[in-house]
Amino acid sequence: MPAFCGPSPAVAKSQRLAHGAPVNMFSGPFDPAVMSRLLLTRAHPGWLGLRYRDHGDDWCELELPWRADLVSDEGSPVLASGPIVSLLDMAAGMAIWIANGEFRPVATLDLRTDYIRPSHENASVIARVTCYRRTRSAAFVRGRAHDGNRDDPVAEMSGVFMTIDPARAA
Amino acid sequence: MNGTLSPYARAMGIEIEEAADGCAPVLSLAFRHELEGRPTAWHGGAIAGLLETACFAALRDRLAAEGRGARMKPINVTVQYLSAGRTQASFALGRVVRLGRRSANVTAEAWQDDPARPIATAVMNIMLVADG
Repeated sequence: MPAFCGPSPAVAKSQRLAHGAPVNMFSGPFDPAVMSRLLLTRAHPGWLGLRYRDHGDDWCELELPWRADLVSDEGSPVLASGPIVSLLDMAAGMAIWIANGEFRPVATLDLRTDYIRPSHENASVIARVTCYRRTRSAAFVRGRAHDGNRDDPVAEMSGVFMTIDPARAA
Repeated sequence: MNGTLSPYARAMGIEIEEAADGCAPVLSLAFRHELEGRPTAWHGGAIAGLLETACFAALRDRLAAEGRGARMKPINVTVQYLSAGRTQASFALGRVVRLGRRSANVTAEAWQDDPARPIATAVMNIMLVADG
């Protein structure tokens, strides 16, 4: 894998936060606990209210708190499938950055989610995704979503991401 | 009309664009910061949500046309991302490939400027649970 390297101007430009303040994300290895404050508070993850929970060498665990406007049925307080894909997709990105040791833009290429059962009523959903294989331009992930008990999953996911040429990401 | 969409789809901002007779409805979703992933691109999860919603809409449409009342439970979804979604509106249209007694197979495509150049596609298997 490439050694740790600093940001290109294009990458730095692509990492300005919504309010326009440039962020130096390269003061060291990718720290998901710190980066979550930037990545999970804005844009789509921020709208969903995703929260960082835990991580290891090649995995990341995020939580999607239950919210009334994210359900699939008016009459049933169960989170819709759509936000669970977003949760798994985001946890996958974080797992890849952790495994890479640096923040480089990635794009989802293929994401498959099996919905094993509906989550419980009013339950938040937790996703742990592992980046189990990386090549120069692709990253392979798999993950599981549950609502409290890891052995009783709500969804299983596998996917492939492409790393993006920073020069084209801005 | 948008009342047939799920609360999640309405919260996302998805709208039913047009539904010609005998055709599944085209869905639209205007771009907002809340749908963004990396700066200047749609979040993959938001695109997936739009495609899923198009699959459900197409299947609901087809079930209604056949006079069948059934609840839809997603079994799985596979999304292919073909190109980055730029900061503009996206559209999606679903197609019921096979409607069975207990399940349906539905595909959907999402595009921005040109329906012939999709930015993402999805295939879903959806369980049908008879009402009553």
